[in-house]
Amino acid sequence: MKKSIREAYGEALVELGLEEPRLVVLDADVSNSTRTLYFAKKFPERFFNLGIAEANMMGIAAGLALLGKIPIVNTFSFLATLRCGDQIRTSIAYPRLNVKIAGAYGGLSDSYDGPTHHSITDISIMRSIPNMNVLVVGAPDEVKELLRIAIKNDGPVFIRLSRGEAYPVKELISEPPPIDFGKGRILKEGEDVTIIVTGVLIERVLEASKILENEGISTRIVEIHTIKPIDKSLILESALKTGAIVTVEEHDIIGGLGSAVAEVISQKYSIPIEIVGIEDTFTESGEYEALLDKYGLGIYNILEKVKKVLKRMREGK
Amino acid sequence: MSIKELERIANELRILTLKAIYNAQSGHIGGSFSCAEIITVLYFHKLKINPKDPLWEDRDRFILSKGHAAPMLYAALAKRGFFSEEEFVNNLRKIGGRFQGHPDMRKTPGVEMTTGSLGQGLSVAIGIALGAKYIDKKSYKVCTLLGDGELNEGQIWEAFMSASKYKLDNLICICDRNKVQLDGNTEEIMPLEPLRLKIEAFGWEVLEVDGHNIEEIIRALDYAEMVKSKPICIIAYTIKGKGVSFMENTHKWHGRAPNREEYEKALEELMKEGTLI
Repeated sequence: MKKSIREAYGEALVELGLEEPRLVVLDADVSNSTRTLYFAKKFPERFFNLGIAEANMMGIAAGLALLGKIPIVNTFSFLATLRCGDQIRTSIAYPRLNVKIAGAYGGLSDSYDGPTHHSITDISIMRSIPNMNVLVVGAPDEVKELLRIAIKNDGPVFIRLSRGEAYPVKELISEPPPIDFGKGRILKEGEDVTIIVTGVLIERVLEASKILENEGISTRIVEIHTIKPIDKSLILESALKTGAIVTVEEHDIIGGLGSAVAEVISQKYSIPIEIVGIEDTFTESGEYEALLDKYGLGIYNILEKVKKVLKRMREGK
Repeated sequence: MSIKELERIANELRILTLKAIYNAQSGHIGGSFSCAEIITVLYFHKLKINPKDPLWEDRDRFILSKGHAAPMLYAALAKRGFFSEEEFVNNLRKIGGRFQGHPDMRKTPGVEMTTGSLGQGLSVAIGIALGAKYIDKKSYKVCTLLGDGELNEGQIWEAFMSASKYKLDNLICICDRNKVQLDGNTEEIMPLEPLRLKIEAFGWEVLEVDGHNIEEIIRALDYAEMVKSKPICIIAYTIKGKGVSFMENTHKWHGRAPNREEYEKALEELMKEGTLI
């Protein structure tokens, strides 16, 4: 059954708050949306609501980190990464402070609120800041584990969440491999092409793969939840094994997973790569799943790119 | 330490700063000179710190939000023994050195926080003050120094609101009111007045002092310790470039280094000042 990712996040925060006394949660007047309100209720002395003032919140988190706390800042992902770009760079990443930035409502997941609230550049921005680690949640059953990884990792971490609902990975495939920091995981083995996916599009990728299998195309599916540091060896191994790569992400085609994968492969192998993402355009308001379809993230788009990459491989282009 | 001695130290910090910026041929002299007395009182009179144990848990914290005054901070840290004066004077802004153009907490002993992009230090100080007061229940003080031009940044006013929400009486914010920013006079570039009333309206206790008068600075900091349930802001009226006649009150010396002739003239003026005391 599909479950809410933000709900899973709110619950995971409380659990981890019990495990880790240094955890401090900050929110910018969206605790009802991010679901940090559960933590606020359970640990009022470790929760600070700083109002609609995200830049200040980032600095306050840096100050708390200087005292050895593990602050998690919460706001919508576009606000965290765009409004606070300099605060994150100067006050968190450059001094390598132990601040976790939880970007709620990643991608198009706050769909009805429109392009102002869609976050399609967050991965790109966070990925390009030195010292920053970047995690992307793809399913409700990944939230707690990724959050735990973020907390254990001593240094700045951006963790991209979603407002949406998704199937737990363990309901989509049997016995998914464990989640490890910096490691991708193979969700399905295959020979002809590798589809590398990040975020909540896992289900669509699996659907596409079923259609492809019926057409005789065998797909390996790799999930990347750590965009930085990225799992170079698994990407290169996949490139070598299948000779063609398609990346899938709920993000602009510029600077996200596709770019990260291309950066790794292009330095070693000359094989075709196709990127499924939002084609460098602003989006619009609407129903979430329909928006994903309209903006290039449909099953159709995945199939199309797989066929294109296979054609390129055959033709040696 | 007597007032006279502190005055002498302030002058010595100016000399070190001048030498370092001259050697680097780059740096912010005007905004460093304006805060010499403030930094002196903090590092040689007020702050409870230990150069032998820079990360002592109960130390007072100081954050230089106006990070471009880094040379003045480095000079004070050198004089307090965190590193040698010689190393600082010869390595400011040099490749491979420990003294970045703006403070880097990972490179320079005694620097509490990395700053340089204006508007951010007060928020960080608030984070420390929040943690100290509400989580760790510690009694040390957190102090930050802002430039007045820096008050143009919106983040500062977000920070003002939040410090007052949490009644951070362990926080002292000093504003180096030298009235000159990079492009010109503050009241021309982006008027700040009536500054005291504005900050008071944000829920702060505001004091005003002559920022070159050691005694007044000490008195204000002593008073600040007695204020309860409110953050404290000290507006310190200063002169940009203070101490060298031709550098005073002009934005032209905001961010340029002296040539040899200017350096010698400036050094002569400061040395004379030193002997007068």
